[in-house]
Amino acid sequence: MFKSFWGGIHPQDGKALAKDKPIEEMAPPAELVVPLSQHIGAPCTPCVKAGDLVKRGQLIGTSPAFMHADIHAPASGKVVRIEERPHSGRVSCPAVVIACDAEDVWVDGLPLSRDWKAMTDEEILSAIQSAGIVGMGGATFPAHIKLKPSKPVDILILNGAECEPYLTADYRLMLEEPAHIVEGVQILAKVLGVKRSVIGIEDNKPEAIAALEKACAGTAIEVMALKTKYPQGAEKMLIKVIAGREVPMGGLPMDVGAVVQNVGTVAAIDDAVVRGLPLTERITTVSGDAIAEPKNLRVRIGTKFSDAIAFCGGLREEPDKLIAGGPMMGMAQTTAEVPIMKGSSGILALTRKITEHGPEMNCIRCGRCVKACPMGLVPSMLSILSERQDFAACRDEYGLMNCVECGCCTYVCPAKRNIVQYIKNAKGFVRAEMAKAKAKAEAQQKEGGAK
Amino acid sequence: MSEMRERQYTISASPHIRDDETVSHIMWQVNAALLPAALFAIWWFGFPALINMLTGVVFAVGAEYVWQRALKRPVTAFDGSACITGLLLAMSMSPLLPPYMVAIGSVLAIVVAKQSMGGLGFNIFNPAHIGRAALMVSWPVAMTTWSKMQDMSAGVDAMTSATPLNILKLQGYDALVNTFGGQAAMYWQMFIGTRNGSLGETSTVLLLAGGLYLVAKGYVNWIVPAVMMATVGVLTFVFGPAGLFTGDPLFHMMAGGLVLGAFFMATDMVTIPMTVKGQVIFAVGAGAITVLIRLAGGYPEGVCYSILLMNAVTPLIDRFTKPRIFGAGGDK
Repeated sequence: MFKSFWGGIHPQDGKALAKDKPIEEMAPPAELVVPLSQHIGAPCTPCVKAGDLVKRGQLIGTSPAFMHADIHAPASGKVVRIEERPHSGRVSCPAVVIACDAEDVWVDGLPLSRDWKAMTDEEILSAIQSAGIVGMGGATFPAHIKLKPSKPVDILILNGAECEPYLTADYRLMLEEPAHIVEGVQILAKVLGVKRSVIGIEDNKPEAIAALEKACAGTAIEVMALKTKYPQGAEKMLIKVIAGREVPMGGLPMDVGAVVQNVGTVAAIDDAVVRGLPLTERITTVSGDAIAEPKNLRVRIGTKFSDAIAFCGGLREEPDKLIAGGPMMGMAQTTAEVPIMKGSSGILALTRKITEHGPEMNCIRCGRCVKACPMGLVPSMLSILSERQDFAACRDEYGLMNCVECGCCTYVCPAKRNIVQYIKNAKGFVRAEMAKAKAKAEAQQKEGGAK
Repeated sequence: MSEMRERQYTISASPHIRDDETVSHIMWQVNAALLPAALFAIWWFGFPALINMLTGVVFAVGAEYVWQRALKRPVTAFDGSACITGLLLAMSMSPLLPPYMVAIGSVLAIVVAKQSMGGLGFNIFNPAHIGRAALMVSWPVAMTTWSKMQDMSAGVDAMTSATPLNILKLQGYDALVNTFGGQAAMYWQMFIGTRNGSLGETSTVLLLAGGLYLVAKGYVNWIVPAVMMATVGVLTFVFGPAGLFTGDPLFHMMAGGLVLGAFFMATDMVTIPMTVKGQVIFAVGAGAITVLIRLAGGYPEGVCYSILLMNAVTPLIDRFTKPRIFGAGGDK
């Protein structure tokens, strides 16, 4: 039986564009733009300066903060400058700009060839940490922190759902390099000390399921076919479906004894542990109806969208939107000069035919969003209350902060309301209020201490 | 790639794709579902039925258009929702009602019940039912004057101008069955629609067909009409004319405006609760109030008022039937 969760939708998936395109290696372009913030946590500060020569895998950015992931040169070359550059997750961010050389050589000594079975847990974790690995499904949470949960865990869940329409990077990886993933899973299972490891894959990818089942034969790893339904790959949904556990409101997967990693992250961890390779490349889907030849690229971090699109034959039609990530949760970009980062699962160029929808109207209370919301919220009320700027009611009565912004409500809304946008506005306001309250409380405490 | 650098991209929050469903499409689907029963009404009640339905639609759509133009608002008069209001209003009243009254009812429904509340989505009450209730208090006699029809009971050319629920209320159940010339004949005529009553409420089978089409298309949750009709069936059976458990649920479920109301008004998404739990409460309440009015009230029929009363408590129901938030604990 295919397992499922409450709510969810079945968007037109657009995967046919790139699903059968084998992963293609894209050589480093002339210039790489490597943002110093590609993860959740503190931005890195550069440890190179303009004019320095760097080799692939060399540390170029780090931070004393606990919550960060190191950043490495994705190719060998010369640091041209360190400056503000466009960033796909915010307006701009300091970035190390590297002019790539023709040699494209690794830092001395890499790659290694290690037997992970002979390594201690500490050695493995330290290899993952020094490789700067983050959640590559898009969350970009530093992997080494996730792998040292402060609560006991008994299940490792591998996210191969890839429920975002158009994206096929994880699918190609599972199909072409299943052994790579399986070894990574074994490494993680050892470090976490879990008995059960489950790879969850949506049942619209039978070839990937078959490939991984074959590669998992003789191991303790389970491959589980999941019902094809968006957002099956959302962390909380995945845990619910695979482990039958519900992450409590405001909680983390480890609260129910689970750790979730994306299959792409697992492959990167395998490279880091066995071959000692820092995270310098990833697989990214370049697709959409405006792209001449949609492809799945193995591409260096720091490659600009414009270069990746040019590598895919350029544009076939005039795009209306350029998106970093998938069409449901990805971010619309103002410029193709933004670089691919550790969490960039896709680059989409969509024409008006795909993105167009009618004007926004009143909510007609049809309840489609309520049925679609996997978190059990009432999106229509959140949108109406946010529109009225009654943010307190959003937060206190309608569970605002539980929204995962998956976009199901907005996708199904017949009145074409921008529900996610209203919710993001409300969340922004509530967060700002919370920060203000916190600052005030701290100031008061200080004052009290002085007396 | 300087060519790409100069390009302007549209910026908006995610998601960047939407499904094809629109408000207008939903509304026209509902109109389409009403069509079989509306056509039957023209055949059964004749030309006045056509005139009244056209009047209802033209004045509802016209009122919305004029209002929106006058207030310089976006014109959505042709999105199908005003058409439903006009059509439903005409269908829920006597075919003998003078067209000018239908017109007034339509204008009141649109202006008072819908647009003055902020337009589609913001109206608390079903506009068609507000129009009907307004006419009921304004012209009670005209609103309760029904067509003259052959009385089957005497086997002679006696004529009656009462609806089945009128006969039940004034003369009792046995007289009702006699009017149709037997119980089986009564059920059959109630089912196909060859009976007296409001213009569009008589044909159970065609209303069911339209309603089930909406259910199949996913615009209507089957549980609402099913629960409302079942509630009426159970309660009318329990509180029968000859003591407890002697009622005729089948008659009551097909009588009056119940099928029309259960499938097309108690399912009006704007004015009913949004969650299934809330909709069940709504349907039980509407069914119970209908029975209360039919069996104990002054009016023979209560579908209109029962739905309006439940519309009034819909915001309250919504408040207390919010879905369980993921991770909130408790049962699913």
